[in-house]
Amino acid sequence: MDLFEYQARDLFEKHGVPVLAGAVATTPEEAEAAARGMGGKVVVKAQVKVGGRGKAGGVKLAENAQDAREKSAAILGMDIKGHIVGKVMIAQAAPIAEEYYLAILLDRSNRTFLVMASVAGGMDIEQVAHEAPEKLVKVPVNSNDGLSKSAAIKIINDAKFPADIADQVADALVLLWGVFVSEDATLVEVNPLVKTTDGRIIALDGKVTLDDNAGFRHPDHEALVDASATNALEAAAKEKDLNYVKLDGEVGIIGNGAGLVMSTLDVVAYAGEQFGGVKPANFLDIGGGASAQVMADGLSIILGDKDVKSVFVNVFGGITSCDAVANGIIQALEILGDKAKKPIVVRLDGNNVLEGRRILDEAAHPLIQQLDTMDGAAARAAELAAK
Amino acid sequence: MSIFINKHSRVIVQGMTGSEGTKHTRRMLASGTVVVGGVTPGKGGQVIDIDGHQLPVFNTVAEAVAATQANVSVVFVPPKFAKAAVVDAIDAAVPLVVVITEGIPVHDTAAFFAYSQSKGTTRIIGPNCPGLITPGESNVGIIPSDITGTGPIGLVSKSGTLTYQMMYELRDIGFTTAVGIGGDPIIGTTHIDCLRAFQDDPDTKAIVMIGEIGGDAEERAAAFISEYVTKPVVGYVAGFTAPEGKTMGHAGAIVSGSSGTAQGKKDALEAAGVQVGKTPSESARLMRALLSR
Repeated sequence: MDLFEYQARDLFEKHGVPVLAGAVATTPEEAEAAARGMGGKVVVKAQVKVGGRGKAGGVKLAENAQDAREKSAAILGMDIKGHIVGKVMIAQAAPIAEEYYLAILLDRSNRTFLVMASVAGGMDIEQVAHEAPEKLVKVPVNSNDGLSKSAAIKIINDAKFPADIADQVADALVLLWGVFVSEDATLVEVNPLVKTTDGRIIALDGKVTLDDNAGFRHPDHEALVDASATNALEAAAKEKDLNYVKLDGEVGIIGNGAGLVMSTLDVVAYAGEQFGGVKPANFLDIGGGASAQVMADGLSIILGDKDVKSVFVNVFGGITSCDAVANGIIQALEILGDKAKKPIVVRLDGNNVLEGRRILDEAAHPLIQQLDTMDGAAARAAELAAK
Repeated sequence: MSIFINKHSRVIVQGMTGSEGTKHTRRMLASGTVVVGGVTPGKGGQVIDIDGHQLPVFNTVAEAVAATQANVSVVFVPPKFAKAAVVDAIDAAVPLVVVITEGIPVHDTAAFFAYSQSKGTTRIIGPNCPGLITPGESNVGIIPSDITGTGPIGLVSKSGTLTYQMMYELRDIGFTTAVGIGGDPIIGTTHIDCLRAFQDDPDTKAIVMIGEIGGDAEERAAAFISEYVTKPVVGYVAGFTAPEGKTMGHAGAIVSGSSGTAQGKKDALEAAGVQVGKTPSESARLMRALLSR
């Protein structure tokens, strides 16, 4: 889960990382009240989970509370690269002397964690890495060793931070490591980390990604989920514990196993090229043990998607046998009754496939069509969706 | 021949007394795997009867290894306890630990992987993987044993069901070993580890490599193939239609910006001389054509 800037700021504050006062607002009135509370100049910042908001006009300096209200009114509702701004953060303005960069992230390639530091902050760090790689210091950190103050000082010195603030920056880095570990983050990035004209070090903007798998030890993370961004169908699927992602096509997809479902989406998209560019409408993995109820839940979500014109059920019977899946489909259609109206193409293979196919043949349900191969079934589902 | 497991593999099941553990212990036994016991902290001393096999339960992996000479452990414990279970197996210096559990926090995986590297005595496969099978000899994990038999193909895949699908497509030819390495951001055994092992295994004549979006493991595997692998390799990559920023089922399957795309992986593999099918069936056809030459 990616956090908004204001949520990252709050987490930083909780762990002692130096930040400025900040408050979130969803209306110009709230923004004005927050600015009045802070006093003086404030910065109004669009809260969107996408880069480049400054260039898009999503960050504005406001002279006073009244101005903060006007600037917020302009920013709220703005479309930044397809993200509609629903919240702004009102942040205390700071007199900036220097801008730096710090990050801690999961390094998949090397299967460890990585600390990155640079004195060239404030800009796109990928650009720094590309144009002046010597300005970006990257140091792997072993999960079991952690990041000590002395290791942090070495990183900061290697990155050529000015001597007068190196110790403060190293302290901030150790505190950020604390955020990274104790919150189960996969990314903690501060850009920029600023030095103010009066010599303080402050995390001015932060990006944090939390590991969804670690939710069991962070009950408080649930409150950070952005409900406004969650599609209604995705929310319904989540309630049923289904692994569902809404896409923008017309062929509803149900399959078992993440890899097979991803592959099914691709095969449907290829087949769709022959039928006017028909595309998959969703990702839905019902997992290994596809019971009738799970199949019914899955079918009901997909048939409830008004964009769906046909459904493709693609199951390879591994642990689950195909006869159980076939029975699940039939029972699911009984449960759904009149609510099921769209054609369903089924492809079964693997464990006990002949019995599974026989069950579906015998049921002779008017909505169900069976095909023997994944490619053939994808083509039929695409053809039906194009009609 | 085979890689990682064979008829001499002696397997203990961590979490055998749980419902998933019991279910899959039964299936492993039925497919001929030598399962010698289980580990559940606090339940040591019990003996569990699974289809007539009397399996002792131990409190720790070290006790289990001492009593049974186990050389493989397969982990079915829930995510919350998985790190402790894997660390227990590493402490007992079990040469191969296969972690089936899905949903382990990546900080936990990073910790036990780093620990295994520092000890240098344990290979980890997974987590979030279906395990591996050497048909007719040993089956460690949840791969169905009746899809196909022994043959000249080695298979390595991030995905479980795509592994099954590919084994099924090529069931008349058969496999030396099929390894499901898992779909998490950090995994103990990579495509490269398996490619190296298959290259060095005299009975493996050709290799199928299945990848998916996310990370750069396939690109690195492609570079490794150019450098080291002389056997023919056929590839398949899933996730061409996956949108940016959405996790596709596996915690590691996510496209972020231009990195981790299926097209980038396919291009890298093809540049390394790997034939990449557009669909699993096409990859199977490519393999068939290669072997019949």
